[in-house]
Amino acid sequence: MSAHIESSHPLYGLMAEFETATELVSAARRTRDAGFRKFDAFSPLPLHELDDAMDLHDNRVSMFTFIGGLLGCVGGFSLACWCAAIAFPLNVGGRPLISVPMFIPITFECTILLAGLTAAISMLVMNGFPTPYHPVFNVERFAMASRNKFFLCIESADPKFERHATAAFLEGLGAEEIAEVAP
Amino acid sequence: MAQPVEIPDKIYVGPVIDEGHSLASISDKVGGIVLKRKITLGWTFGLFMAFGLLQALAAGAVWLFMKGVGVWGINIPNGWGFAIINFVWWIGIGHAGTLISAILLLLNQSWRNAINRFAEAMTLFAVMCAGMFPVLHTGRPWLAYWLFPYPNTMALWPQFRSPLLWDVFAVSTYFTISAVFWFVGLLPDLATLRDTSKKPWQQKVYGMLSMGWRGSARHWQRYEKASLLLAGLATPLVVSVHTVVSFDFAVSIIPGWHTTIFPPYFVAGAIYSGFAMVLTLMIPVRKFYGLDDIITMRHLNNMAKVTLATGMVVAYGYIMEAFFGYFSADKYEKFMIWNRMFGPYAMFYWCLILCNIITPQFLWSKKIRTSPGILWIISIIVNIGMWLERFVIVITSLHRDFLPSSWGYYAPTIWDWAVYVGTLGLFMTLIFLFVRVLPMITIFELRMLLPGAQVKEMVPR
Repeated sequence: MSAHIESSHPLYGLMAEFETATELVSAARRTRDAGFRKFDAFSPLPLHELDDAMDLHDNRVSMFTFIGGLLGCVGGFSLACWCAAIAFPLNVGGRPLISVPMFIPITFECTILLAGLTAAISMLVMNGFPTPYHPVFNVERFAMASRNKFFLCIESADPKFERHATAAFLEGLGAEEIAEVAP
Repeated sequence: MAQPVEIPDKIYVGPVIDEGHSLASISDKVGGIVLKRKITLGWTFGLFMAFGLLQALAAGAVWLFMKGVGVWGINIPNGWGFAIINFVWWIGIGHAGTLISAILLLLNQSWRNAINRFAEAMTLFAVMCAGMFPVLHTGRPWLAYWLFPYPNTMALWPQFRSPLLWDVFAVSTYFTISAVFWFVGLLPDLATLRDTSKKPWQQKVYGMLSMGWRGSARHWQRYEKASLLLAGLATPLVVSVHTVVSFDFAVSIIPGWHTTIFPPYFVAGAIYSGFAMVLTLMIPVRKFYGLDDIITMRHLNNMAKVTLATGMVVAYGYIMEAFFGYFSADKYEKFMIWNRMFGPYAMFYWCLILCNIITPQFLWSKKIRTSPGILWIISIIVNIGMWLERFVIVITSLHRDFLPSSWGYYAPTIWDWAVYVGTLGLFMTLIFLFVRVLPMITIFELRMLLPGAQVKEMVPR
């Protein structure tokens, strides 16, 4: 329960540890309600309730995926048309060079390929991966964040952050343990 | 995620995950298989055997490259022999993995969580084996890149109206998307391994692979969205892949191939053989690694039911093929079906009926569905049956087509078998390595099934 909040060395933020998912969600909600914006919650599994509690509504992955799919669709079809009608036209008994039904499988596969790759890559890029180093890893107990514990970290970059007051605030949220996060 | 559904006692066979597991125990158990478990004699022996079989592939491939495809049993009229049979068989096996990881995710089936990682690994390995065959079958695999549209000095472009080119696009897309989906699914679990490992080299390797995953809510939100989108994209993809494979046959005019029932019947067959293969692999793994509290009777029961259901669709396909042959009033179609049932390959056809239609009927019994030993034997029989199906489709149609003067007979040579057995070795080698270096069960999705993960909010907003 106790934390060493006295030194004046630079700080990335303060991290609070919680035992259950319910505690984390309600802590995140109260942190947001208290006016903090630069904070993050960490859990070993996805908690959809956090999206609401932290007001996370990033739909860019879907948007990029749609654009990727559209590009794949148009690109695949155009490729087939260009090859069959312009680059290498083959007259087979006077049949149309652009034989749309026969180009559908390729168009479809290209759509899926580009949409799928964009979905994965845009997710990774927007999450900032790869990030082998991050200040939160400096907290020793943070290793439990991928096992069974739940964490909430308020960054010192938040305008409302104030070392002692924020520590007291986190304590008030029912945190089991509070740690300083070295930058 | 996991909505509690009331299941009547009569059909209840057990929970999705045994009681008594917590967030910590799940992570330690599944992660421990990779991080803590000693390398056992059984595993070493298994890997050794599988790796030995793999050498048959190496030998077969070298001989093939030296001499050309003439070392195989293929001839005219049987231009497609083992290579296509095995290609279709392996691709089909892969389909169950995507079905489990994508379609069952969209359908919100919580029992998939324990088996999807393993099934999808199986998909990747099966597609690798499948991809081997068309490349080898070209006879000049160093020119396989000709299949892709790229500007070249010959001023040639691929024929986009050909099902064989569709195959190239379908299979390569399928492999790419499956691999991406699998890797994305692995990220949080790799982070778990990084955090629980005590050895610095493991921390480094898993740390780099996990890309710095830290379970942030902002990350999870995008992650979940991307997973859902990938599942939504993989669902039509998996259906399209075997449809395209069936087009290789259906678009031609050979009797017995030129039918519209091929796409649905191939897709059902693919899922059927895939689930059989998941059972074949999962039952021993579950036993040797003591995972029966995570892969419970419920899983085996459900997989057996899917096997039965798709088996019935396949049976319908066989019946319809026979009916079409008779009802088409086309003498070539009629002869084809007669030749299939009573010609030189009749034994294969009746074995196929025995393996694929008669055997799965045992799965109507709940008792059999919940006895791993018998289920395992049935799954092996189904695997053999599905291989026979492809053999019958490819060979009986080709060897006697329209003109009796062009009839022939097909028999595989030792080099056909070497390559086939070799890919089995490759597949098993990869499976053996996989279970020891990556978590074979999706840990973070298992956590979602536990009561400790449910949020019970007290403060309404």
